[in-house]
Amino acid sequence: MSTVVDFHKVVAVAGGFPVLAGLDIEIAPGEIVHLRGSNGVGKTSFLRACAGLIPIRAGEANVLGFDMRVDRRAPRRYIGLLGHENHLYTDLWVREHLEFRASVVGASEGDVGAALRRVGLSERLWSVPIERLSAGQRRRVAIASVLISRPQLWLLDEPHAALDSEGREFLDGILIDAASSGATVVFASHERDVLKSVASREVTLRGGRLWEDSGAA
Amino acid sequence: MLHEVLLVARKDLRVEWRSKVTIGQVAPLALLVLVVFAFAFDANARLLGLGAGGLFWVAVLFGGTLLIQRAFDLETDDGNFDAFRMSTIGAPSLFLGKSLGVFIQVVLLELVLGPGVVLLYDVRIDDWFLLLAAALAGTVAFSVCGVLWGVMAAGVRVRATLLPLLLIPVLAPVLLAGSRAFETAFGVRAEAGWTWASVMFVIAAVHTAIGVGTFGFLLEEG
Repeated sequence: MSTVVDFHKVVAVAGGFPVLAGLDIEIAPGEIVHLRGSNGVGKTSFLRACAGLIPIRAGEANVLGFDMRVDRRAPRRYIGLLGHENHLYTDLWVREHLEFRASVVGASEGDVGAALRRVGLSERLWSVPIERLSAGQRRRVAIASVLISRPQLWLLDEPHAALDSEGREFLDGILIDAASSGATVVFASHERDVLKSVASREVTLRGGRLWEDSGAA
Repeated sequence: MLHEVLLVARKDLRVEWRSKVTIGQVAPLALLVLVVFAFAFDANARLLGLGAGGLFWVAVLFGGTLLIQRAFDLETDDGNFDAFRMSTIGAPSLFLGKSLGVFIQVVLLELVLGPGVVLLYDVRIDDWFLLLAAALAGTVAFSVCGVLWGVMAAGVRVRATLLPLLLIPVLAPVLLAGSRAFETAFGVRAEAGWTWASVMFVIAAVHTAIGVGTFGFLLEEG
């Protein structure tokens, strides 16, 4: 597969508003793409379109080799999505939540411990209800939930939000490792300077279109 | 598929076990409904006995609607609806798993309400077999209808008020059939209770088939 994301003149509409207005972008395997742009330019919509959560109205859109206009659910099993929110069952203990996510993707109990250690979450917090964790700790659990599914395509929306400097380092290390093992990472973030060392490519969107690209695939 | 169904149901029941919403809030609230009816019809104990079957199902409807609401709040809180849609679990398994989770919680609710009806309304049970069959059929019908309509309301901002509005008309036939079957089981109506129980089984089967066939679509469009 030469491209993981291949969008040509893609138009997507959400709530009657064209959130992607003829977007052209190609992303190759192993890239770490930093999506930039002001609020409302289509960063989140692009990530959601890649995940098949919003339908493509016009143009050609292929993700991981699947035609998103034919079946936008098909690539989801290979995608790890982390949105603004954490997608956590907050009544469950940390370990219970991760065990559920692990069971869904066929990962083992050992993978749960490994993922929690990888995000630097102290073992004493594994048997604590998620609702009692701080915002940064919840973000770490959310990242562990994505990590456990070993996605081929990581789609992350403001992944560093709420993380302390140690958490950011953990996350950056995870993203670099994922990319070096062949996965592709696309994340939206406003934190340009912090992320320069992580991203292999910077893409700026404006008005639902590609505005600037530091290095196309 | 069975593994996925059990996985979803187990997760929902584990969340319930941790939060204690059914045991701590929904069951006492539904029991309170029975008590309020007991006070309201206190002057006419015979009327209370005649209507006991209907009042039981009204309390189940009331408490069960809250449980269905809760079952989908789990999937919408903290942006979980995206994770629910992104899940690799097949849509039919998600539907059946959610339905099984709701079914078990509604059974627990009925185990609290049943003795409540007997004690508060002075009901005598003539036909245990019919009672249990009708309770089973009604609970399955309630659970599958609830999950089917619950997912339609899940993606909507006003779901807390929309769900009962959608659900109560759909569940009216279950309420009617359940009431009639229970009245026969209580010996207050000489009608064919088994026919009403069969009606509920048919409603359950039809909604299960619709749910298995359409849940994926409803999830995407939610």
